[in-house]
Amino acid sequence: MSTAIWDDYLEKLIESWKKETQPFRTVSYLNRLRTNALNRVESLRLPTIRDEEWRFTDISSLRNTPFPRASTISLLSLDSQKNTFLNEPVCRLVFVDGQYIPELSSLVDDDSVTVCRLSGLANTCASKAERHLGQLADFQDSVFVALNTALMHDGVCIVIPANVSATIPVHVLYVTSGKEEVAAYPRCLLVAESGAEVTIVEEYVALREGASLTNAVTEIYIGESARVNHIRVQREAPQAFHIANNATFVAKAARYDSVSFAFGARISRFDQKITLAGEGAECQIDGLALIAGRQLADTHTFIDHANPHCGSRQLHKCIVDESAHGVFSGKIMVRPHSQQTDAKQLNHNLLLSEKARMDTKPQLEIFADDVKCAHGATVGQLDKESLFYLQSRGLAEEAARNLLTYAFGGEIINRVVVASLRQRLEEYILARTRIS
Amino acid sequence: MINVNSKTLLEVRDLHATVGGAEILKGVDLTVKSGEIHAIMGLNGSGKSTLAKVLAGHPSYEVTRGTLLFDGHDLSALAPEDRARAGVFLAFQYPVEIPGVANNQFLRLAYNTVRGQRGEEELDPLEFDDFVREKMKLLKMNPDFLDRSVNEGFSGGEKKRNEILQMALLEPRLALLDETDSGLDIDALRIVANGVNQLSNKDNALILVTHYQRLLDYIVPDYVHVMEAGRIIRTSGKELALALEKHGYDWIHADDQMTEARP
Ligand SMILES: Nc1ncnc2c1ncn2[C@@H]1O[C@H](COP(=O)(O)OP(=O)(O)O)[C@@H](O)[C@H]1O
Ligand SMILES: [Mg+2]
Repeated sequence: MSTAIWDDYLEKLIESWKKETQPFRTVSYLNRLRTNALNRVESLRLPTIRDEEWRFTDISSLRNTPFPRASTISLLSLDSQKNTFLNEPVCRLVFVDGQYIPELSSLVDDDSVTVCRLSGLANTCASKAERHLGQLADFQDSVFVALNTALMHDGVCIVIPANVSATIPVHVLYVTSGKEEVAAYPRCLLVAESGAEVTIVEEYVALREGASLTNAVTEIYIGESARVNHIRVQREAPQAFHIANNATFVAKAARYDSVSFAFGARISRFDQKITLAGEGAECQIDGLALIAGRQLADTHTFIDHANPHCGSRQLHKCIVDESAHGVFSGKIMVRPHSQQTDAKQLNHNLLLSEKARMDTKPQLEIFADDVKCAHGATVGQLDKESLFYLQSRGLAEEAARNLLTYAFGGEIINRVVVASLRQRLEEYILARTRIS
Repeated sequence: MINVNSKTLLEVRDLHATVGGAEILKGVDLTVKSGEIHAIMGLNGSGKSTLAKVLAGHPSYEVTRGTLLFDGHDLSALAPEDRARAGVFLAFQYPVEIPGVANNQFLRLAYNTVRGQRGEEELDPLEFDDFVREKMKLLKMNPDFLDRSVNEGFSGGEKKRNEILQMALLEPRLALLDETDSGLDIDALRIVANGVNQLSNKDNALILVTHYQRLLDYIVPDYVHVMEAGRIIRTSGKELALALEKHGYDWIHADDQMTEARP
């Protein structure tokens, strides 16, 4: 019975979108991709808590609001102090309610970063986009990836040419205007060609409070010996739904470093998939969720050791206050021929109130024998002896709690390589911990 | 230095305290006046650290009977931070490591809250940096310890020095040093003892918990107490420590004739 309801929900969604979405004029493969995804949506349904991967994350309230696409996208004026954590010179791409807005974006002048729109691909970009778009984020098994792909209206493709280091960070800023209760389906593809290097900051912000739905997909292709440093900051409105899928392909001897922050949204779900696809590929993926009130933040990561001699490191932390609920599921797969794999995963969680809840599920699936794999998870409160120590030096109990909470999260913030962003994150978490 | 006219800083009467349901302190009596230096000795497990934690207000310890007065006020009603602000300081036997909190940040917060409470001006990071570096010289501490996380990865001796650095910053009226000498080599012991002596004056008081005479060679106590099974069973002058070192604790029971300097 529930299946019928969900099908119904998706059907209505697709119908209303079909009416308004224009086909891409110039690029036929995009239309093919969308058609395939649309066909796939028709045989999928929205997940429920009876699905293993959604056990702890109840998104049934999603169907209470239709969340149409924004009817008009107005040119906003962004206050760079308030609306973004990244004030230093960057190559900035701005999306508003899911749509890429060139007028708000500022691209670099040199040749180290090439940006093009999916709706009007220049020839050089087209072949790269065609090769990777929709290939990394698989829509066969994920209704949200399928929906994003099917409803993809526009998006961006960013290319860092071979053996080039991007001179400044690339900043992809996703703005929810909050004017109406709308849905955004932004799409981004980053291609770092072999030997290239880039830092990319993905930031989600809301201009005002209110319900909204974001269903974002980001694909990252990292060519041989290339390096991508990825920082993700999710600061959606407290009433928002935020669903995001990131899929990254790491080629031979390439490296991917990622730090993700989940601060906002009423319900957020972040699926991160990394495929170590060539020998000697490495990744480090760290995360911090800081939630309170009735927020739910769910992080699902999947690191696929698909080749020998690959390394992965992961440290994920959650700070859960009041009646909030943190979820972490981290799967590491070591394929049969992936000898000499070196994988380490840690998940540490801090519960700040009696009602706070954390569900953690680390999973190692190892099919090779000559490997070094370790994982561990802890759930705890602030250390009583540390609190007493600080208090015995005059710090009020609340100040001591805040300092320890800040220190717990600080370990992840310290991994952010962009100095100005790191400082803003520090200020943000200081302010947040002072309130809670 | 004993001065009959100086005022009483700490008055402990028939103090009973429990932790985890077990009674550890079973009637401690202790009076400390300003200007005095007291040493507390006693076998492991006799309750010395428990007394220290009860004084500092550790939440796991419960006072079940008796009184605990500091400067005439009931200490047991105060939160740990209020005791610190009132001028009580405990140098921990096992200082706590706090990863992620920079030592200089911690020291400055402690300084500003405790000294600020006394109406003194708070110091900003730059001013504090100059100030703390001066204090570190007194203890011959490397300034690198400012940038590290509080006590994290410090050796035993480095942790103890960091405790005395905090004492130097906070200038307490009553300091209890719980086995600060354990884990210090002879040079470090001399440096730390020297620092403590410089902080000692007629308006404050010191309680040293120690197992060794060597500390008391540098910081000479006015009184030596022996603790056993949660009580102070003997109080005398500094010669008591020498006798204990020579004969061991059993000797106290053999020599029940010994007169007490102060009941
Ligand atoms: N948390 C606790 N729960 C139960 N017993 C404790 C606890 N802490 C200390 N004790 C006991 O209290 C007694 C006194 O300990 P302590 O004050 O540390 O002794 P000292 O410092 O003189 O060596 C010991 O027997 C110790 O085992
Ligand atoms: Mg002890």
